[in-house]
Amino acid sequence: MTQMTSVPDALAAPEGARRRVSPSGGVDRVFRAGLRGAGFTVLGLMATVGLFLFFNGLHAISVAGFDFVSTQTWEPDSHHFGIAAVLVGTLLIASVALVVAFPLALGMALYISEYAPRWLKRPLTSMIDLMAAVPSVVYGLFGSTLLQWEGIDIPRWLSIQFHWIPFLDVPEADPNNPLAPENVYATSTFWAGLIVGFMIMPFICSVMRESFTQAPPGEREGAYALGSTRWGMIRSVVLPFGRSGMIGGTMLGLGRALGETIAVAMIISPIFLIQPHILANGANSVSALIAQKWGAASEFGLEALMAAGLALFLLTLVVNFAASAVIARSRSGQGSDA
Amino acid sequence: MSTVEQTRPVAAPATPPPDPAPAGPETRRDTRSIHRVDVVAVLGALVSAAALTGLLFDQIAPFSGVVGFIAIAYPLFLGIYALLLSLEENGLTIRDKLVSAVVHSSAILAIGALVAVVIYPVIMAWDVLGLGNFYTEDMAEAGTLDPLELGGVLHAMVGTLEQITIALTITVPLGLVTAVFLNETKGAFTRLVRTVVEAMTALPSIVAGLFIYASLILLVGFERSGFAAGCAISIMMLPIMIRAADVVLRLVPSSLREASLAMGAGQLRTAWHVVLPTARSGLTTSVLLATARGVGETSPVLIAAGYTPYLNFNPFDGAQVSLPLATYQMWTSSEDTMQTRAFGAAVVLITLVLVLFVLARLLGGRGAGNFSKGQLRRGLRASARDRERFIGAARDRGAPGPVAHNPVAHSPIAHSPIATNPDPGPA
Repeated sequence: MTQMTSVPDALAAPEGARRRVSPSGGVDRVFRAGLRGAGFTVLGLMATVGLFLFFNGLHAISVAGFDFVSTQTWEPDSHHFGIAAVLVGTLLIASVALVVAFPLALGMALYISEYAPRWLKRPLTSMIDLMAAVPSVVYGLFGSTLLQWEGIDIPRWLSIQFHWIPFLDVPEADPNNPLAPENVYATSTFWAGLIVGFMIMPFICSVMRESFTQAPPGEREGAYALGSTRWGMIRSVVLPFGRSGMIGGTMLGLGRALGETIAVAMIISPIFLIQPHILANGANSVSALIAQKWGAASEFGLEALMAAGLALFLLTLVVNFAASAVIARSRSGQGSDA
Repeated sequence: MSTVEQTRPVAAPATPPPDPAPAGPETRRDTRSIHRVDVVAVLGALVSAAALTGLLFDQIAPFSGVVGFIAIAYPLFLGIYALLLSLEENGLTIRDKLVSAVVHSSAILAIGALVAVVIYPVIMAWDVLGLGNFYTEDMAEAGTLDPLELGGVLHAMVGTLEQITIALTITVPLGLVTAVFLNETKGAFTRLVRTVVEAMTALPSIVAGLFIYASLILLVGFERSGFAAGCAISIMMLPIMIRAADVVLRLVPSSLREASLAMGAGQLRTAWHVVLPTARSGLTTSVLLATARGVGETSPVLIAAGYTPYLNFNPFDGAQVSLPLATYQMWTSSEDTMQTRAFGAAVVLITLVLVLFVLARLLGGRGAGNFSKGQLRRGLRASARDRERFIGAARDRGAPGPVAHNPVAHSPIAHSPIATNPDPGPA
């Protein structure tokens, strides 16, 4: 802006040719071409992911036709396969994961941005980042061998008390028999979702924390000055300002939950029926299906798995694009140099 | 407020004169947000909730075990805490404190979960971690029934290191250049690349594996190998690294960039000598964090490399296992020894991730333009050298004085607020 106001001065001094400011040439042109080349490469790589899956899965999809989305079983060698069961299973696991991760991430993000003493903020942020970096196979070990057996009472209690809610019922269970095997409550959608929830919590949390810390200090102090308690301030200032960050972070977490593979594959016992009872054993997801069937698949089986992978890819892509659009909107108008 | 009340006592007719005690030094108003009453209330609620749960436990409660205990004690704690608060506080305060308790406990739960997830494999693998052969042998000799003294995870460690090296060789140059691209150019194409990269950060890792299988193995004709696995990992790491580096580069103050451009430096020189060095620690962090994520991925290796119990140094030939895949495969065995080995492999993997992570925090975590002590010393030394050089040059030209006047202004870090200190260090 200041250059604009100095224009009259330039007009007042007409002597000497006006200096032309052209984009620097030579080396810089090569540099920019190199940069653009890298950009093209990355864009090309990312775009071809979908293309390759599509062309490899095309044959399988054309064989199955519309049955691909409506069949529940997975027997590609007899050309009788579909993703109805695994797709529903993926969505159920992701929903449970969000139900677990959202409140936890919200609490943690609020703690770091509003409650924690100043010296604790950085270590806590690091720990959340570390939680995101812990390999999923480690979460899988924890969930499959410890948590679901130690906490088996929780799904039992839930299913006995709330069996009138359709999806919390466990049909195979016999609550009147004290010697009934406990494993009807394990290896279920619930436990897979719980562990995946812990895995996606840090991703949701870091987006939320970032948006919470951007709540303007003036409004915060204004709320306090009007006599608000800390929770009142959070509810009236921090949460409204962080709303799009909360939504975007949650969707980002959803995208991750949909694609989580190994932890889910380790916890569930796979079934190929739509399993609406989230507490009952037996569940499935697209990625777990691919991981488990990959080793022993025939050539056509591989094509069918590619088609399933394509479905998963499209699903996560839609969710992720929506998430980054929401987050980008929450960041709009904020430059790096304030 | 209080001073006004105390120095001008309200006239109280027909009562004894105001107490002389306030005439002394005023007591300071307590502005702490935590009072003893609060702490006592929290502790009391905790103790009574634990005691009540102990009473209910095994008698009425439907739960058993640690998880069950906590599941009952926690709602009880909240209830009792609310009850205690309601004795002397109003509804607004009760709600505030209850929310505070919930927020604190969710933080404790998250940290507790992290600690439990990391510690549990260590406990389970304790028997095998002390054995030397676990780190020096592969599983070629050891069957599922062999004792822990035979066999180890050397093959998986070698595989992990080679695969992550391959992935880094692809990802670091491409990722960093793309991050610079996103920051140095503007326009529709840049925006498109940024949007696609952001959407791809959550690309399911198994899809990355499928992509490499479809392209590199089916189309180009490579076999399933460590190289293919490294490529699959790099597809997964690339968006993560680009995004982290992009954020770091965006934090480089544009005043620095503009100063460099105003001095007549071109775009390449500005990027190479100003932008990248300023963001160096942040870029290191982004590379290390992406590495930590890539190291732990199981499914790309499962699809692109496959499992083998043998040590395979050649990433271009035949199956090559990595630590997470070895963990997964050993865990699927029902034998106790194999499961212990699986936990051992997981511990090695966690240690690797932790080391990478701590390195990232030690090296990086500094904002752009904030220097460590060593960097500051080096910068000051460079300034001092420049000063000598300028003085020498001026003397050679036979014009002492004004040129050597303000050497700090020419120093490479003169823009940093710390370096504006007039003392140029050891001159």
